Amino acid sequence: MNALIISAVLGVVMMFSGILLKQKSAIRTVAIAGILVLLGMSILDLKGIQLFSIDTREMIVFDHFALVFNTVIFAVVLLYLLLSAPDMEKVGVNYAEYFALIFFILCGATLVTSFKSLLILFLGIEIISIPLYILTGSDKRNLKGNEAALKYFLLGSFSTGLMLMGIALLYGARASFSTVISPAIIPQNMSLLYTGMILLLFAMAFKVSAAPFHFWTPDVYDGAPTVFTSFMATIVKVVVFFGFIRLFDDMFEPQQGQWRLWVTVMTAVTLFIGNITAVFQQSVKRMLAYSSIAQAGFMLFALYAMNGDGKEGLMLYTVAYSAATIGIFAVLARMSDYTFDGFNGLAKSQPMVAATLTVFLLSLAGIPLTAGFMAKFYMLKAALGTPGSLWLVIFAVLMAAVSVYYYFRVIQAMYFKEPGDTPHPAFPSFFKGMLLVLAFLVILLGVYPELLLGRLYF
Amino acid sequence: MIAFLLILIPLATGLLSFLIREEKTAKAFAFLASLATLAVSLLGLTLMNSESNLQFSAPWMSSLGSSFALKIDGMGQVLCLLTAIAYPLTFLGTWQASPKNANRFFGLMLLAQAGMMGVFLANDALLFYFCWELALIPMYFLASQWGGEKRIAVTFKFFVYTFLGSLLMLIGILYLQSQTPDHSFGLSAFYKLKIPASDQLWLFWLFFVAFAIKMPLFPFHTWQPDTYEQAPTATTMILSGVMVKMGLLGLIRWLMPVLPLASFQWGDVVMILAVIGIIYASLVAIRQDDLKRLIAYSSIAHISLMAAALFAENLSGTQGVMIQLFNHGVNIIGLWIIVEIIERRYGTRKISELGGLAQQAPVMAIFFVVIALANIALPLTNGFAGEFLMFNGLLSAQSNFKVVFTVLAGLGIILAAVYTLNMIRKTFYGEAVSLRVPVTDLKLNEQLALGLIVVIILWLGIYPQSMLELTDSFSKEWFSKIDVSYLFRK
Repeated sequence: MNALIISAVLGVVMMFSGILLKQKSAIRTVAIAGILVLLGMSILDLKGIQLFSIDTREMIVFDHFALVFNTVIFAVVLLYLLLSAPDMEKVGVNYAEYFALIFFILCGATLVTSFKSLLILFLGIEIISIPLYILTGSDKRNLKGNEAALKYFLLGSFSTGLMLMGIALLYGARASFSTVISPAIIPQNMSLLYTGMILLLFAMAFKVSAAPFHFWTPDVYDGAPTVFTSFMATIVKVVVFFGFIRLFDDMFEPQQGQWRLWVTVMTAVTLFIGNITAVFQQSVKRMLAYSSIAQAGFMLFALYAMNGDGKEGLMLYTVAYSAATIGIFAVLARMSDYTFDGFNGLAKSQPMVAATLTVFLLSLAGIPLTAGFMAKFYMLKAALGTPGSLWLVIFAVLMAAVSVYYYFRVIQAMYFKEPGDTPHPAFPSFFKGMLLVLAFLVILLGVYPELLLGRLYF
Repeated sequence: MIAFLLILIPLATGLLSFLIREEKTAKAFAFLASLATLAVSLLGLTLMNSESNLQFSAPWMSSLGSSFALKIDGMGQVLCLLTAIAYPLTFLGTWQASPKNANRFFGLMLLAQAGMMGVFLANDALLFYFCWELALIPMYFLASQWGGEKRIAVTFKFFVYTFLGSLLMLIGILYLQSQTPDHSFGLSAFYKLKIPASDQLWLFWLFFVAFAIKMPLFPFHTWQPDTYEQAPTATTMILSGVMVKMGLLGLIRWLMPVLPLASFQWGDVVMILAVIGIIYASLVAIRQDDLKRLIAYSSIAHISLMAAALFAENLSGTQGVMIQLFNHGVNIIGLWIIVEIIERRYGTRKISELGGLAQQAPVMAIFFVVIALANIALPLTNGFAGEFLMFNGLLSAQSNFKVVFTVLAGLGIILAAVYTLNMIRKTFYGEAVSLRVPVTDLKLNEQLALGLIVVIILWLGIYPQSMLELTDSFSKEWFSKIDVSYLFRK
């Protein structure tokens, strides 16, 4: 509860800081201090210390798992801001507003991770989505950005419509918005329940860009300013995934037989489309957009299996995938050339940056000794825990081998090719230090994942 | 403790090597590090070979049921000794080759050594998998940064092949782990498993493909000749001499005793693949003009023979494989050293452009002939003892087609003699070619490396017992685990 309220307050604080503070570095400092406060609040939540006591009538329940997840998310956002906040200056003039929007998104995120009512879920998803539409179009002079924002807004509204429709049908079937299964709530009309469930499945699949609802992703990720693409592709995506799994775990567990086939198909298609299309990209940014679809395919395993391993895997995925992707996007945002050739010979001019990028890419590809491997490992383990999933797992593994192709193209460009005509940008030493921290985190969790997973249970 | 040191020394020195600026220092440092590993390995073999020294266990990912468990058994001794000897030999034999960014080159080489030691010693499936990849990644960077012209595409193919194989193996490992009662990745827990035959039959292929790609067996071999050709010679030596043994070790330690029924059932299929590999690789080797490719194909034939002898499933064949694991590694490194010398002095590896080398470099010619004869397993060389035992094993296999397999594999030996002797004749005799660099004969470091190899060849050729005793108890115990023939006897 602390984090939920403080994040909303911080959003307002950031808006006013834009009026009061003239220097951009001051605004940035306030934002980073804000996220530190938020992190502290979340840890207080974990320790059981409540600064506010509000009766939510069981519509929001902050259980331990959700609180750990929130804390992890805030920590990731802290890393993201430390690394990428200076780059937001380049996007436009409304520097303080960007941070305000990010804090509002975090407010929505706390709702999505701890809802026990469909209304709160809807509220959370909308609080996340609307600031995102704005951030996507925040570079006002960029036509591609404008197109992306409009596209995102239209398609996003459409999926919101689907979601509302689903919620309405579920209310019709159960006469309650609560996601808890209790003897007091007996679904009357099963066909209404199933239809509502499938509509919610589609709407959530849209938000996490699972195929075949992924069509907006490449254009939006490509068109949005790179610093915000990074935020969208990582933090927002894993938060919505968490809500997705929470919803189906709480509410539709008895109907698992009905939705598992849908999820199976969705997983396979997402893995296939994400990986195969990523192979053909010429721009690293677009490749990362498709790679994020492919990684969503792996995250869907947590939904598919719906067991302890899957949830642990999602937790690891959150850190592993976010840390690696944020690192790559942060470097990409400073590059002048977004194509693979733009990375040619980076290892010669910037050996440190190239080395950390290699760690990130290896992690995304799922090579052992990196956190990305452990995350995939847990996902495969979770899936194998459900009978009859061998073929899906083998398919996923084949697709993981395909993913090596496009991740390694960047490594090959950096290490084995001669630099081109355009010089590589210089990177400040603080930025390099942050990259090292992220790379260290990726390797640490790859060798010793219990550091994070041990926190889940006590 | 010995077991842990064998991984720790190359790992630590490999990481340290990245910090060295001076090129010559990096080279000397790597050489000394490899000597230290060799010393530890020899200690483990002789003075400190008590059980407690050869085992190591530490908690690691205990919530998953995995631990950092290492153990040196008979086969572990042989393979660790091979890895430990291969590195100083490689560094010594290629002392003149000076790669750019030597600190990174030697650092990666040593990291790969740590990975391979881990693979040979791991007694935990997850640790085994980690080390399997730890060995692969440095090799990928070594081959694609310091290799020949087509290196990027070729080594990438190598990487994707092995990576895909290892992922399939990962599924197999996960499945087996879920079947153990206490959800453990430990090797002993895997050995206790009684997997139903119907499951064994498909699980077998998840593991087998990974190992077959690494060895490589026909039809998974297509990455191998290109990679050997394109990689820098020092890397090729380690790849062909030591790394391919990872595949065989996988079969011996992680596949056949865990899935004995499937290994018995699929034995004939594997033997057919192996025999096709022997004949095919030998025939292709005859047509090769490039020395590196010739040796690469010859290596496929040798490894295939070892796989066939393993699946013959008897003691004689197993013991033959055990000593051949070591012999093949030493011999092929010797061949590569000579190819490296020829290429540097004459500027070509093409057999058609070489000739009369024996007149210009008589000492090299003697070394080369001895190593080449060991490669075709002439009596009194180390190859003979191993191949004799393996053929003996093949002939007493359970298979109905054992005679066919033995005859065809024997044909491979004859073909090996054809291409090896042909190579010697064309390169060392006949009309002399002009030197690119005016050098008379071998340098001291090359003489040392090749001399050592010849000593090993003759010693194990005359007295193979020393190696056989090392693996005797291991082979017997192993055989008792895989022997399921009693189930099929009437």
